[in-house]
Amino acid sequence: MIAKQASRLMLFLLLAPAILWLGLLIVLPHVEILVLSFSERVAPRVYAFGIGNYLEFFTEPLYWRTFARTAFMSILVTALTLVLAFPIALYIARVAQGRVKAMLLLLCLLPFWVSELVRTLGWMILLRETGVISYALRSIGLASQPVELLYNDGAVILGLVYGGLLFMIVPLANALESLEPAVVEAGYDLGGSRWTVLRRIVIPHAMPGIVAGCIIVFMLTVGNFATPVLLGGKNGLWFTEQIYAQFITRFNWPQGAAFGMLLLLLSSAIVWLGLRLTGQSLGTTLKQA
Amino acid sequence: MLTKRTSLKLATALAALMVVGSAEAAEKLRLLTWSGYAPADVVAQFTKETGIEVEVTTSNNEEMISKLRATQGAGFDLAQPSQDRIAGPQAEFGIYKPLDLSKLKSDQFIASMLEATKKNTTADGKVYGVPHIWGTDGLVVNTKAASKVADYNDLCDPSLAGKTSFRAKRPALIAFAFANGMDPFAAYGDAKAYAALMDKVGSKLAECKKNVKFFWEGSDQLLNAVRSGEIVAAMAWDTGGWKLNAENPDMKFIAPKSGALGWVDTFAIPAKGRNDDAAYKWINFNMRPEIAAKVAAAAGNFTASNGADKLMEGKLKDQFAESFPKAAIDNIRWYPAVPAGLEEIEGKVLDRLKAGS
Amino acid sequence: MTLCIGSVMASSTDLDIVNVIKRFGAHAAVDDVSFSVAPGEFFSILGPSGCGKTTLMRMIAGFEHPTSGDIRIRGKSMIGVPANRRPVNMVFQSLALFPMMSVGENVAYGLTCRGVSRADAEERANRMLERVGLKGFGERRVTALSGGQRQRVAIARCLVLEPTLVLLDEPLGALDLKLREHMKIELKQLQGTFNTTFAYITHDQSEALVMSDRIAVMNQGRFEQVGSPRELYHNPATPFVASFVGETNRLQGEAAPVSNGAITVRLPSGAVVQGQGEAGGKNALAFVRPEAVALAQDPASLGNLPNRFEGRVSAVLFDGAASSLLIDTTGFEQPVRAVLPQAGPLAGIQVGAPVHVGWTADAMKVFAA
Repeated sequence: MIAKQASRLMLFLLLAPAILWLGLLIVLPHVEILVLSFSERVAPRVYAFGIGNYLEFFTEPLYWRTFARTAFMSILVTALTLVLAFPIALYIARVAQGRVKAMLLLLCLLPFWVSELVRTLGWMILLRETGVISYALRSIGLASQPVELLYNDGAVILGLVYGGLLFMIVPLANALESLEPAVVEAGYDLGGSRWTVLRRIVIPHAMPGIVAGCIIVFMLTVGNFATPVLLGGKNGLWFTEQIYAQFITRFNWPQGAAFGMLLLLLSSAIVWLGLRLTGQSLGTTLKQA
Repeated sequence: MLTKRTSLKLATALAALMVVGSAEAAEKLRLLTWSGYAPADVVAQFTKETGIEVEVTTSNNEEMISKLRATQGAGFDLAQPSQDRIAGPQAEFGIYKPLDLSKLKSDQFIASMLEATKKNTTADGKVYGVPHIWGTDGLVVNTKAASKVADYNDLCDPSLAGKTSFRAKRPALIAFAFANGMDPFAAYGDAKAYAALMDKVGSKLAECKKNVKFFWEGSDQLLNAVRSGEIVAAMAWDTGGWKLNAENPDMKFIAPKSGALGWVDTFAIPAKGRNDDAAYKWINFNMRPEIAAKVAAAAGNFTASNGADKLMEGKLKDQFAESFPKAAIDNIRWYPAVPAGLEEIEGKVLDRLKAGS
Repeated sequence: MTLCIGSVMASSTDLDIVNVIKRFGAHAAVDDVSFSVAPGEFFSILGPSGCGKTTLMRMIAGFEHPTSGDIRIRGKSMIGVPANRRPVNMVFQSLALFPMMSVGENVAYGLTCRGVSRADAEERANRMLERVGLKGFGERRVTALSGGQRQRVAIARCLVLEPTLVLLDEPLGALDLKLREHMKIELKQLQGTFNTTFAYITHDQSEALVMSDRIAVMNQGRFEQVGSPRELYHNPATPFVASFVGETNRLQGEAAPVSNGAITVRLPSGAVVQGQGEAGGKNALAFVRPEAVALAQDPASLGNLPNRFEGRVSAVLFDGAASSLLIDTTGFEQPVRAVLPQAGPLAGIQVGAPVHVGWTADAMKVFAA
C-alpha cells in the first residue's frame, strides 16, 4: 500500500515538469488571452465584458478578408510544399541508402541551423531588384532592366514553401519508409502503371504522413510572421500582422486577443476539415508525425 | 528525462541565479530609448562620473508604449517616447509617473521647447515629459532621379511608379492630410471629424500604394534601398536624409511644401521605475551642452539642450540650413499631443491601406 | 479467348528460359540456366537460400533483367517488356496484399488496371473469391484475415487476371506447420482446378515433392537436375540432389574396382559397401535412403543383401509413420538412419538394442566426389 503510494508520488514528481510546462506556458496564457478577448474598452482604463471584439472581425471585411487570404495562401503553400516534398521524401525513403540518406536529411535540415529571419533575408538578397537573380538575368541577357522579384505573393509563397519543406519531408519519408517494397512490386506485377501504383498504393499508404506533414506546414504557415512581412512588403498582409498591429501599434489588446483566438479556432477548424475529408484520425496522424 | 537529482540541481541553480540577479541590481539605470540616443562613449562617461551602469534597450514609440503597458510601467527606469505620445497612453494605461521638476536643471533646456513639451505632456495637471532630441519628417530625395519631388503628393506621381516609399504609420497619415489641404491637428478634438478626415487620407494613400515599392519599417532598410537606387524618393526622417547627403550630395533632405513634421523625443519615467535618482542624473547629465552635442551628432538630430548648438559640428548645420530656409522652419508642423482613441481610428485606416492591393 | 488459341497452339510451352545469365558485379547469381515449362504444369525450383532461385523468378516477373539470354512466354520474348505488361503474376513471399484496400479491392485491382469497369471488376472479383472459398469476404480488411485466407486472396488476385503463368515465391514460408501442410494440398488442388501454369520456388524439398509435376534443383546459380519428384528422389543425377532432396545416409570413401556389376566403396574404417553408379575418380560418395535400409534382429533374415552390417540403436526418432532409428554401425563414422515401420516386429525397439542393417546395391547411389 505504502509502496504503491510512493510510486504514485514518484510518478507525479516525474510528470510535474511536463505539467508545469504545459500549464504555465501553454494553457494559462491561452486562458488569459481568452478572458482578455472578451473585454471591451469603455473609457480610459475601464473595460467591460462583451463580444464586440469578435463582432468586429465579422463585420469589418478588412479583417476576415485578411484571414481568408491568409488561410487560402496557407493552403496553397501547404499543397505546393506537399507536391515538392513528395518526390524528395520518396527518394529519401525508397532509393537512398545509408550515408546518402543521412546526407540528404541533413541537407534538408541545414537551412534550419540559421534563424528564420536570416533565411528570409537570404531570399531578399537573391530576389531584390539589385539582387543576385536580377543581376544574373541581366548578365545572361534574359532581361534588359533590373527585375523586381520581391514584394509579391510569389515571393511570400516561395519563402513559406522553403520554410515548410523539412516539416513535410520528415513525416512523409517516415510514412513511405514503412511501405513494404513487395507491395509496390505487387502493384506493378498486377498490371498497374506508375501512376496507378502511386495513386492507389503509395499515396494511400503515405496518407497519415501526408496529413501529418500538411497539418504541421499549414499551422507553421498560418502562424508565420517574418516571411510574409519581409518578402511580401506592402502586399503581403498576413493575419498575424493584424494581431501584431492590434497588440503593438494600436495598443488594443482585447482586439488582438480576439484575433489570436479566432486564428487558433479557424485554423483548427481547417485542420479538422482536412482530417475529415481525407478520412484520417488525429491519433494515427500524430503517431506518424 | 530529468532525473530527480538533476532537477534538484537545476532548481538550486535557478534559485542561485535569481539571488545573484537581484543582488547585482544595486546601481543600474535601465534605459528604453531610440537607437543612437545613448552612444557608448557617453554611457561610459556617465558610469565613470556616477558609478551607475546603464542598460540600453532600443525601441520605437509603439513598442515603448506596448512594453511598458505589458508590465504596467515596470522593467525600465527611464523611457524616451515622443512628446505627442505621452498624454494619451498615460490617460489610457497609466504607465508613467509625474516628473519632479525640481530635480531637473531647467536652465539646461531651451526654454521655449521645455515649456511647449511640458504643456503637451501634461495629464491631470502633472507633467510627464521633458524634451531631449528633436527633428523632422520630410522627404528624402535622389535629386538626380527625381528632381521634381517637392511635396508628399509627388511620391504618388506615376513617373516614379515603384520607386517611392513611406512608413505605413501615423506620420504618413498626418503628412498626406496636410499635403491635401486638410488640417488633422485641428480635428484632434473631434473624433468624428477626425475619422472622416482620415478616411479621405486613407483613400488618397490607397491610390498612391501602387506607386510605392514597399512601406519601410526600419531606417536601414530605407537607406539601403535609396543607396542602391531602388528608391528615389521617400518620406523619412531628416537625419537619414542628411546621412545620405554626406555620402552623396545628390541625395537631399527636403522640407516639403506643405510643411515638415516636427517631433520631439522626451524623457519620461515609467510608473514602476526603480531608480528615479539615476534617471534624473542621466537627464541632467545628458542636457549638459557638451554631452548633448555629442548625442545629437551621434543621432544626427538636434537637441533641446541650451547652448549645445554652438558646439555642434558645421556639417549638420549646413545641411539644416540647406534643407530649411527660413520659411520652411516657420512651416514645420509640430505634433500636438495625441488624444486617447485617435490611434484606433488611424490604425484602422492603416490596416485597410496594408490589406488593400 | 478463341483468338488466343492460335497462339497457344503455336507454342507448346508456356515459359522458356534460354541460357539466362544474371551477374551482380563479378558474381553470377544465375549462371546459364535453360528450361521450359509446359502449359498446366506445376513446376518448382528447389534450392537452398542464396542459390539464385529468387533472382531467376524476379527476372521472369520483370523486376530484374538478365545479363544475357532470353525469357519467352508462349514463344514471345519478354526482354524489354516491363513487369506490368507481362502475362505473369506473382504471389510474393510476404504475400504483399494491399493493406489499404479491402479483400474485394485487392482482387479487383489488376482488373481495374486493365481498364475493366469498376462494377464488372467487382463482380469478377467476387466470383473468384467464391471459387477460392472466400465467398462474402469482399468487404473485409485484409488485416482481418487468417494466414490461410490471406494466402488464398494473394492467389485469387493473380488468378482473376487469367495469367499464362503464376509465379509463387515461397508463399507458405510464413505459415505454421499444420497450415502449411494443408495449404500444400490446397494449392495443388487450386492449380488443378484452374489449370494454370505454376512456377513455384522453395527451399523446402517436401513442398516441392508434394506439389510439383516437375522440379528443378538449383545450386549456386545452376540447375543440378530437372525431373519429376520421383526421378529426383530415386535417381538423383548429382550428389547435391541426392543429399538435398529427401532424407539420406551419406557415406564417403574410396572407389574400388567394379565387381558383380556394382561399384565397391571402401570406407576409411575399412568397411566396404556396394552400390550402383559411376566412379570417375578415386574418391566416391555413396547415398542410401533410410527407407531402403532393412532392419533385422536376426542377421539371417537379411539374406543375401550385399550390404550387411551390425550395430546398436543410438536413438529412436518417433514420428508416427515417419519414425526412424539412428544406428551406430561398426565401420561407419555417422550413425545410419533407417525407417522404423510401426507395424513391424521392431516397433518397440529401445535405445541400446543390437540390430542388423542391410540394403541392396541398387538402393545405394555412388557418385564421384
